[in-house]
Amino acid sequence: MPEMVLVDAIRLAMEEELARDERVFVVGEDVGKRGGVFRATVGLYDKFGAERVIDSPLAELSIVGVGIGAALYGMRPICEIQFADFIYPAMNQIISEAAKMCYRSNGDWTVPMVIRAPYGGGIGGGLYHSQSLEAFFTHVPGLKVVIPSNPYDAKGLLKSAIRDPNPVIFFEPKKGYRLIKGEVPDSDYTVPIGPAQVSKAGTDVSVFAYGMMHYYTLQAAEKLASEGISVEVVDLRTLYPVDRPTILASVKKTGKALIVYEDNFTGGYGAEIAATIADGAFTDLDAPVKRLAGPDVPGVPFSHPLQEWFMPNPEKIADAIRDLTKW
Amino acid sequence: MPLKVIMPKLGESVVDGTVNRWLKHEGDQVQEFESLLEVETAKVTTEIPSPAEGVLLKIIVQEGETVDAGVILAWIGNVGEQLPEDPSGSKPAVRNTTISANDLKGESEVFSGQTQMPSKELGFVSPVVAKLAAENKLDLTLITGTGENGRITKKDVLDFISHQQPKKHQQSEPAPWETPGSGDLFKPTVNIYPSQPTTSQDTAAPQTSLIKSRDTMLPMTTKRKAIADHMIMSKHTSAHVTTIMEADLSRIITHKLVNQQQFEVDGLKLTFTPYFVASAAQALAQFPLINSSWSEKGIILHHDINIGMAVSLGEDGLIVPIIRNADRLSLSGLARAVNDLSTRARSKKLSPDETTGGTFSITNHGTGRSLFATPIINQPQCSILGVGAITKRAVVVSDAIAIRSMVYLSLTFDHRILDGNSADAFLSKVVDTLENWQ
Repeated sequence: MPEMVLVDAIRLAMEEELARDERVFVVGEDVGKRGGVFRATVGLYDKFGAERVIDSPLAELSIVGVGIGAALYGMRPICEIQFADFIYPAMNQIISEAAKMCYRSNGDWTVPMVIRAPYGGGIGGGLYHSQSLEAFFTHVPGLKVVIPSNPYDAKGLLKSAIRDPNPVIFFEPKKGYRLIKGEVPDSDYTVPIGPAQVSKAGTDVSVFAYGMMHYYTLQAAEKLASEGISVEVVDLRTLYPVDRPTILASVKKTGKALIVYEDNFTGGYGAEIAATIADGAFTDLDAPVKRLAGPDVPGVPFSHPLQEWFMPNPEKIADAIRDLTKW
Repeated sequence: MPLKVIMPKLGESVVDGTVNRWLKHEGDQVQEFESLLEVETAKVTTEIPSPAEGVLLKIIVQEGETVDAGVILAWIGNVGEQLPEDPSGSKPAVRNTTISANDLKGESEVFSGQTQMPSKELGFVSPVVAKLAAENKLDLTLITGTGENGRITKKDVLDFISHQQPKKHQQSEPAPWETPGSGDLFKPTVNIYPSQPTTSQDTAAPQTSLIKSRDTMLPMTTKRKAIADHMIMSKHTSAHVTTIMEADLSRIITHKLVNQQQFEVDGLKLTFTPYFVASAAQALAQFPLINSSWSEKGIILHHDINIGMAVSLGEDGLIVPIIRNADRLSLSGLARAVNDLSTRARSKKLSPDETTGGTFSITNHGTGRSLFATPIINQPQCSILGVGAITKRAVVVSDAIAIRSMVYLSLTFDHRILDGNSADAFLSKVVDTLENWQ
């Protein structure tokens, strides 16, 4: 099995799906000739041509609008938003049109569309290239929200997303594009949307994370294992619909829960997980449900020391786990 | 600043009280020392005065609830004053309505050795620890916490369970009544025998099935429950034996007739009771073994002669106020004490300490025409004297039949402490004193 970085697994998924299903096409800024600013579509333009790998104008509203229209005509669009930060102009299309189509047409019409968007900070991107937006979309029934944390899942989940009959928001941890490596089979496999995964079993504390924070959490857990702290790590993978049974089963086992996310603390997606635990596992708790997240400031600062201050990292995660263990 | 009204410790051995009735409502204006509420303990019912002038801002403990001494009952202050965030001040520990550490205690086999120890501060009990303790019937006070500030963690409980498993059934502690140790003698029975399957829970289930549609259930009062517990405990504790003698009260009746007018001048009503108390006190001084308590280490002789005098409160049960150092009181002193205590007992004005510390008891069941009875010992005393009805009977005096005012005296004594011979000697002394009253 070849080892590859996250972004290559994503590219491979698109390449395989473009080859498998002629209804599939890619649309976005610089995805064609340039191969994408993160090189996620590199080679696809040459292989599949300008009609299936389309360079769009610099207008996110139109990228998503084109995708919805094409999807309604039976196509399987993959819309790339160059940075998740730029998705706001398309919010109306996503929330009021794509998310509601199946429901308002009583299932007669669906929007089988994937919106891929690199998200997250820690890359020196400043306020407009570092945002985490998952909480906006997990609030909207009708959308599925997926965030892979490793190359294997990225390929399998993206293929599931492309084949899904309804819109899927596919956030990609861009800091991990070339940092996170893993083995990825050549075969045509999928990872189902929905189930979370216990990526590391443990007994002392359950940590729930996704995307880049899951990668950091695994590092923290490894470090803590040498201190005798047994951490169970749960990779949520699909944020909506969320896998509540796996979350609650883990808390029942350990009695302690930490949720890590790099979005702002207040109203972040981790709050939903905390509430799920408080509701469904109250009598199994041995400590308060804790969240580690970015501070409540308007953006990830550009200044490197301040970016460090903003971003959760393996050290901060390890500290939070130590505190919970002691509690 | 709002002021707390707390459940006072109503006497030496009284650890809790039941709020019978609030005499003021929230929002009422109260004066300092004005009665706020009526509290019932196992021994007495009393009124609690307001600690200050102000408005009754909030009632924390509702009518019918039983709480320990020291618990905040209510807040007094000025109109509109803010109460602290947690007005009940931690927890009111209301019996049977909130989950306390006690409720988490399981079968007596696990913790019987610990019941008499004051329960350790548990600190915060997390939901999962509470659940595990309840499921496994654990006494959390036995578990050492390793969490922050000594908190008991889930891990601590699981460790405890895995270590404690094998020896769970071996420890069969002696039954509580087999070791009525000295320190517990003056504790209320509910404290000493919390899990005693006597009159309460264990028999409750079958009893409820006894209720037929035309039957009525009288609600259990604190006092009835205390009497029931005490009676059963006493029967379990002492080896009860009753010996009966009769006394000719002719001299007493003459003495009473001659003196009662003078007593009335002094504002006292002379009854027969002071004569019996005086005779018993004299006999107790001569036979100190009767004025005693049993303990495993030895028999405790009490040097003070404190005679309890049972006073019936009708359907409200009975109460036993104490005449302290009865042997040092004259007949008029005893008459004064008897008058005072019985009057205040009937009007529920006794202070709780006036019902504790007795060393011997007298019960005058004769007032209900009973000739003789076999009273139950008032623990931890050694014996109790029952006085029957005074009736004129034909008796043989100097080989002639004469009409005399006679009384049967029954002495129930603890056969562990003394034997029939000593008991009869004591009772004979009482009879002699009565018959030869000077």
